[in-house]
Amino acid sequence: MSISIDNAFGNHIAALQLRGKRMELLASNLANADTPGFKAKDLEFHSVLKEAESAVGPVILDSTREGHMVPEDNRSAGTVMYRVPAQASLDGNSVESQIEQTKFAENALQYQVSMQFVSGTIQGLLTAIRGE
Amino acid sequence: MSSFKIFDIAGSGMNAQNLRLSLVSSNLANADSVSSSIDRTYRARHPVFAAQLNEMLDQQNGSSGVEIKGVVESGTPLVQEYAPNHPLANEDGYIFKPNVDTVEELANMMSASRSYQNNVEAMNTAKQLLIQTLRIGQ
Repeated sequence: MSISIDNAFGNHIAALQLRGKRMELLASNLANADTPGFKAKDLEFHSVLKEAESAVGPVILDSTREGHMVPEDNRSAGTVMYRVPAQASLDGNSVESQIEQTKFAENALQYQVSMQFVSGTIQGLLTAIRGE
Repeated sequence: MSSFKIFDIAGSGMNAQNLRLSLVSSNLANADSVSSSIDRTYRARHPVFAAQLNEMLDQQNGSSGVEIKGVVESGTPLVQEYAPNHPLANEDGYIFKPNVDTVEELANMMSASRSYQNNVEAMNTAKQLLIQTLRIGQ
């Protein structure tokens, strides 16, 4: 019986990467909380993760003739969307600090959850290797 | 590792808020600096922020830091006061007071300090997560 290390971690590696990216976006939102005209951005996380999980993958346009442009498959990098503000400010800034803070905390916690899972898997594999 | 970018982003935010805070303190300190001519009177200064247009960052995932575009002087008219006994009064007996709105400056100070704290927290969280990631599996 062979152990596949990649399979052992499940989709937690992909989740960790996306969480890292989302954390960066949310930090950028927080940093630009006072920048006029700045629009808050966020990852559409659940659909991205679902796509990463599913074997089907994203729908890609078919190029049947020469000269057809193949759109870049950037879905796996996460689709960045603008947040719809509950109360937009007059200077065009759509960052709401309290929402960004909660999202940031939530995201950090979920990052830790994925990390715990990966850590636990590594511990389990180590136990299996050592035969303790 | 993408978490390193958070340090840049939060750092630029802290830098911007720090400038804002120092401008607030400059405005508050000079709130009563009267002078005898319109041209030489202190005017309230405010920073202008913009999102950094880092193309590579933008195309990849849309995150951007804060850029300081410059500092502008407030256009609010100065306060002219008739005080003939004032040592700085001009020949007509007027002194000019800065257009610093202390209430606005205090509100600005609170906003800047909260935003600064936000950035510090984001940076701290990113740091902790990074350290935990480095220790993964130990």
